[in-house]
Amino acid sequence: MRRVALAIALALLATVPYWLGNSYYINVATQMLIYAVLALGLNVLVGYAGLVTLGHAGLFGVAAYAGATLLNAGHGQIVAAIGALLATLAATAMFAVLALRGTGLGFVMITVALGQIVWGIAYRWISLTNGDNGISIGTRPSPFGLSLVSADALYWATLVVFLIAVAAMAIFVASPFGAAVRGTRDQPRRMTALGYNVWLTRFLAFLFSGFWSGVAGLLYLYYNQFVSPQTVALSASAEALLMVIAGGTATLLGPIAGAVLVIVMKDIASAYIERWNFVLGAIFVVIVIFMPEGLVPGSVRLWRWAIGHLRTQPTPVADERA
Amino acid sequence: MTLWLILAVNSVTLGGLLFLLSAGFSLIFGLMRIPNLTHGSMFMLGAYLGVTCIALGLGFWPAALLAGLGVALFGAVIERFVLRRLVGAELAQVLVTLGLSFMVADVCLMQWGGDPIAVETPPVLRGATAVFGLAFPTYRLAIILIAAVIAAALWLLIDRTRLGAMIRAAVDDPAMARVVGIRVSHLFTVVFALGAGLAGFAGVIGGPILSVYPGLDQDMLPLALVVVILGGTGRLLGSLVGSFVVGFLYNFGQALFPELAYVVLFLPMLVVLVLRPQGLFGRVTL
Amino acid sequence: MSALELHDLSKAFGGLRVTSSVNLAVAPGERRLIIGPNGAGKTTLFNLITGELRADSGRIVLFGRDLIGVAARRRAHLGLARTYQIITLFPGETLARNVTLSLLGLSHLRWNPIVRLNARRDLLEKARETLARVGLDHLADRPVAQTSYGERRRVEIAMALAQHPKLLLLDEPFAGLSVEERRDVLALIGAIPRDVTIVMIEHDMDVALEFAERITVLHFGQVVVEGTRAEVVQHPRTREIYLGE
Repeated sequence: MRRVALAIALALLATVPYWLGNSYYINVATQMLIYAVLALGLNVLVGYAGLVTLGHAGLFGVAAYAGATLLNAGHGQIVAAIGALLATLAATAMFAVLALRGTGLGFVMITVALGQIVWGIAYRWISLTNGDNGISIGTRPSPFGLSLVSADALYWATLVVFLIAVAAMAIFVASPFGAAVRGTRDQPRRMTALGYNVWLTRFLAFLFSGFWSGVAGLLYLYYNQFVSPQTVALSASAEALLMVIAGGTATLLGPIAGAVLVIVMKDIASAYIERWNFVLGAIFVVIVIFMPEGLVPGSVRLWRWAIGHLRTQPTPVADERA
Repeated sequence: MTLWLILAVNSVTLGGLLFLLSAGFSLIFGLMRIPNLTHGSMFMLGAYLGVTCIALGLGFWPAALLAGLGVALFGAVIERFVLRRLVGAELAQVLVTLGLSFMVADVCLMQWGGDPIAVETPPVLRGATAVFGLAFPTYRLAIILIAAVIAAALWLLIDRTRLGAMIRAAVDDPAMARVVGIRVSHLFTVVFALGAGLAGFAGVIGGPILSVYPGLDQDMLPLALVVVILGGTGRLLGSLVGSFVVGFLYNFGQALFPELAYVVLFLPMLVVLVLRPQGLFGRVTL
Repeated sequence: MSALELHDLSKAFGGLRVTSSVNLAVAPGERRLIIGPNGAGKTTLFNLITGELRADSGRIVLFGRDLIGVAARRRAHLGLARTYQIITLFPGETLARNVTLSLLGLSHLRWNPIVRLNARRDLLEKARETLARVGLDHLADRPVAQTSYGERRRVEIAMALAQHPKLLLLDEPFAGLSVEERRDVLALIGAIPRDVTIVMIEHDMDVALEFAERITVLHFGQVVVEGTRAEVVQHPRTREIYLGE
């Protein structure tokens, strides 16, 4: 059953430019894929490692800024891409070492501070980042000679990366290391007693998470052809976190759904409602209070409850996780 | 030499302002274990409320007090109706304060528009005063005085009154405090309102220097965070010292390394984090 | 060589001395019971041995190996395992997965982000075997949330046994169990072979006494009585502590 659903989903995704037609909407779809990758990466930390961070836009932005700087300096796109990802990994390592000094609330506060440092550098270190004016790249890079100028081409290229990301996540989640990461979320004391190195496990999970956020940042740069301090502001990190908690952290579908949701609200709805920030804040508040486990699990819960009231037998519980 | 002196005095001024801002944050985090991410927005809201009060004809000081009260009331409402529903879910409380900060910021934008609004220095404090043979803007010196007065008042409150004793007890051991009969949930509301009110009041006081503009909250919140992480949470002395350290770092950093100003500001905080996670004076570990 | 030696082990929290110059020696294969009133420092002792708490002074020697400077996470690799007074299983997982996590703790596989954990038949087999030792292999695929308290207590023990420890620390394994369940768990513990040394903390005297060969009585963090079961049971100090002074 799931295989059929997956096949259908894949088919739909692959043919988006045909049934969406309008290049504006294709671009929105591309955005959704980019932010889905970011959300999936963030979920490794928030959902699987249980470490909530409000600084992830900083890592997303490091990739975009590094990529832009390298491209504008005349380097080829392979070099730029590798350089951007290496820069992201370096920044992630620094973030991780510092943030892991705290736990829970301390961790959050440190990530806020770290994200703000990245923002401050983007905003003030003008000779490096061009400050408020941001950095633009002239044209989209053409990997393997394929032009990404058209909305369709960019969409498909992004789709490929997205699918690779999803595969990587699925493998990670199903692996022993993935299980260990979740273990450190649930019972860190016991994990230590069982012989696991909890700090190192978290550190590596952080690196994995940062890497994919960097990939998303690079994709963003290709898509937007421009990066500015706004990309790394606290509100950007908050939006990323919202995607994860709105969609639900326990599944792979959750962050993807969350990203779609937030992008839909932001791009399309905000054309009609002007107050995006207010709405963003309000949604945060509502979800946190009423559906703490996220919209996807929360809706699933509601659905099961509704179905359960129609049956005579109890509904089966422990479903497979995505 | 003159430059350093001016920078130094400005730093002390900024330190005073930061103390007004972060004392509330530190109290809230120390007592309720909530990093109140709405704090920057409360500062900004207070500033805007002050602007409106002044525009309606009120004097500067009544406006500042009224704005402080207004924000305090707002804080009490938030605590009572939103945060209290999430007692124990610390992370949820952080996220809610984040969401609220966006809402408040947007409402301010709606209400007061996108242009920066200047706040006039109260007439009595305009001009310059001679200190060490140099002329300093009187208002900046006044802020230092105000901060000192508030610091003293807070210290008296916490160290010498029954309310303060209850706060200290609840910070040390909330469960025990309840057993002894302290209404911890009421205390939470009072402290949150107090912290919010201080932030709002600080917003107006800072008006003549910083003016009021969208994004003021995003500028102030990280500063409060740095002060609290550096100085330690829940301790007035920590906030005081942290505020002045940050004030100096910020001003001298701006003057000496304008491009790296933010790094200069945050670097010591990071060093403290690595070496001493509870801050320089703190008692509550991060 | 003893299985476990504690030399003048001390730990204080602020002014409160929770562990006071404790000296202890457990022989290999022994069944040692540690008892004492609430607050005597029993669980703290376990926490010191596992490394979760750092001692202020004194030494801990595990099968001849000094544990000073050995990080807590390495001690499992030296043959140390424990169960917890409060059940600390992995809530969202099945029993088999819980035990598998325990098995992975000592395996290099725990760093592997590529292979499919569920495809490792060998781990699954070992997990089921371990669950069988505690009589729970029929529930291997049951999520923890759908098991009874008694079953979870047994999973606690399975988690520790899975790592084939040389020294097993059981922290109140009978807590909250019914009379029948206690008998079952006692039999389970009795079936553990002698190449595993067992030290148990317990409050319930009936079952615990059946288990014990030697008993150490703690009071206010100090060892006050120690000896064989018979000696300790008849000792006047023991009666004093338990019947009050």
